[in-house]
Amino acid sequence: MNSDDNSSPLLSPVANGVPIRLMNKLAILSDAAKYDASCASSGATKRDSLTGSGVGSTEGMGICHSYAPDGRCISLLKVLLTNFCTFDCLYCVNRVSSNVPRARFEIDELVDLVLSFYKRNYIEGLFLSSGIIRDPDYTMEQIVEVARRLREVHDFRGYIHLKTIPEATPELLASAGRYADRLSINVELARPDSLSALAPQKEAGGIRQAMAGIRSKLDESRDRSHSGRKAPGFSASGQSTQMIVGADDANDGELLDCSESLYKGYQLKRVYYSAFSPIPDASAALPLAPPDLNREHRLYQADWLMRFYGFAVDEIVAGGENGMLDPALDPKLAWALKHRERFPVDVNTAERELLLRVPGLGTRGVDRLLTSRRLRRLTLADLGRICGSVARMRPFVVTRDWRPTALLDAGGLRAQLLQGSAQLSLFD
Amino acid sequence: MNRHSGPPTLHTVQLQRPDDFDGWRLIARQHLAAGTLPESLVWEAGEATADLFSEPLSPAEPTVPPNPSRPAAPLPVVPRAFLELARCVACHRAPDRYALLYRVLWRSCHGESGLLDMPSDPDMHRLHILGKCVARERHKMHAFVRFRQTPSVEPEHFSAWFEPEHHTLRLSSGFFVRRFANMHWSIVTPEESAHWNGQTLQFGPGGHRSNNTAPEMMEELWKTYFANIFNPARLKLDAMRSEMPVKYWKNLPEAPLIAELVHNAGARSQQMVEALASDPPRYARRATAPPAQAQAQAQAQAQAQAQAQAQGQGQGHTGNKDG
Repeated sequence: MNSDDNSSPLLSPVANGVPIRLMNKLAILSDAAKYDASCASSGATKRDSLTGSGVGSTEGMGICHSYAPDGRCISLLKVLLTNFCTFDCLYCVNRVSSNVPRARFEIDELVDLVLSFYKRNYIEGLFLSSGIIRDPDYTMEQIVEVARRLREVHDFRGYIHLKTIPEATPELLASAGRYADRLSINVELARPDSLSALAPQKEAGGIRQAMAGIRSKLDESRDRSHSGRKAPGFSASGQSTQMIVGADDANDGELLDCSESLYKGYQLKRVYYSAFSPIPDASAALPLAPPDLNREHRLYQADWLMRFYGFAVDEIVAGGENGMLDPALDPKLAWALKHRERFPVDVNTAERELLLRVPGLGTRGVDRLLTSRRLRRLTLADLGRICGSVARMRPFVVTRDWRPTALLDAGGLRAQLLQGSAQLSLFD
Repeated sequence: MNRHSGPPTLHTVQLQRPDDFDGWRLIARQHLAAGTLPESLVWEAGEATADLFSEPLSPAEPTVPPNPSRPAAPLPVVPRAFLELARCVACHRAPDRYALLYRVLWRSCHGESGLLDMPSDPDMHRLHILGKCVARERHKMHAFVRFRQTPSVEPEHFSAWFEPEHHTLRLSSGFFVRRFANMHWSIVTPEESAHWNGQTLQFGPGGHRSNNTAPEMMEELWKTYFANIFNPARLKLDAMRSEMPVKYWKNLPEAPLIAELVHNAGARSQQMVEALASDPPRYARRATAPPAQAQAQAQAQAQAQAQAQAQGQGQGHTGNKDG
């Protein structure tokens, strides 16, 4: 489809002042994009528009400009360039065999929409993905062109996240990285055999190869040349990926193992877990059930333990049964209950690594605790002021005025904590 | 609360604005040097009753009587993090915020060095709570201010109406300058307004919600996006409300949609779960033909795309009148 319409796409045709055609496209192409969990806008290089001619800034911390009733943050305009697709990935709402309505943005139409939304402070930027049309290179070129016009024609300095098509050539990947703050490629399924069964045109090896390509570009961009000059920027906030949870039989252990190898191998910033959700016009080959949001939530908690708390995957998984996390307890608490011999921990003397293992004590709490205890020996009340609540910590810590005595050995501790957390959530 | 036999002489300090951190800092220093007890100071910050544009009292020449009963304390070296915290606390609505700030400074100069680094102390704990409220309000302001384009004004001008819970307009306006440096914009709150003309930032009187610019077309597109990015199979209202508290909803154009989206969510997701799989469209069979027919496939794909586009336009562009 060539751009044969030179008039501003926002100007025609209208009903009650609203451009209906554009509105319908936007409806279809945002509906098609909502199964991508990521909406992060953090981690970009700090910049603003004071020195430029356009709009936009990034200040490190992402901003969520709204929240949908599904509790998900709306930070970016997350759309597909088109939901026409020649691939037939069974879990995907846009697969060629689905009967969903189809649409496609003109490049300038989308560019205008991003700028108009941005100027009204609705969004931090754009997260652009696309169905595969014609061939992977053509599709990738179109995606890159949107980013290029935003950056070069309009001097847009907001956030851009581009979904990369693994089958596209490395040159296209390189230019995507020049304009984007973040690149991502979805691994979709932890098991390669599931991927070939459910997404016949995708190939696990190719996906990892493309991730490795991005990683080496990221490494290059951090190097300085022999003259000390900095390499041109490349996707400053790194790369991320997404795994679908519950579309195949892979257990939590397999998913977390896959994440760990991705974090290590390709230095990913984030792995997103997306509970397989019923989609309009779903394939008969997949489970049609409400998404398992609790499982998704536990996986995110486990992912956090792995990245910020020094837990190994097998330690986390050992907190549950048969490779699955305990659905009723957060994985740190589940681990602690199975390792009671490691507790109680004296908050006035314990090392950081050990403090990080205490249920209810987060990374920031640990940092504040370490500064405070330099000046005085901490009491339970001090701990409460530092960390917000001691309800969950109580059985696991020793303070100047508190020792849990027999609490840790009590057979009913799990039940007690379960009840406690149910009560807590009632009053959240 | 007097530590001496008689009641302490009270000094009233008048700050220029509710969020006058710099004024407070200057005067606090002078009183610390003079050894003024925390309980003999009354801090007034022009809340509510004060006219923002009346002749300000100069903070540079307060009268600080030396307190003979106390030796002047050495001025404290204040950690940078405390200054950041204090700057936020100054924007809080709590009437005792300036007194609290002075009290911890005074304590840290009188035998409790290290206090400012100690989040477990009750005074410091309270300051952290106040500071966190303000930092959150500033962040929410960055997030939830919604500009509307002022009709028929050249160059483009945008304005927003916002009702912050604390005095965060000035605190948050730097962000908007950096982000929208090449735009002309105004943010109006009940107490005060900020105006940027591409060069300078000026503050003026507060306004009224009724004077806000009328809704514009772009909001309909934004609402379209909001409604369609929502996944009805994942309803999590508490998560939404805790991050986007209801108090902000009246000034968010998308918020009126929430009730209906929530109301229909159950039925929509039930429908998706119960619906039987449909037959794939005809072009799909050709597009996904086995690789043995690779040559024919390329041709089929081209056709498939043409058909898909025809279908997409039929289904997707109901209001398309210009073909």
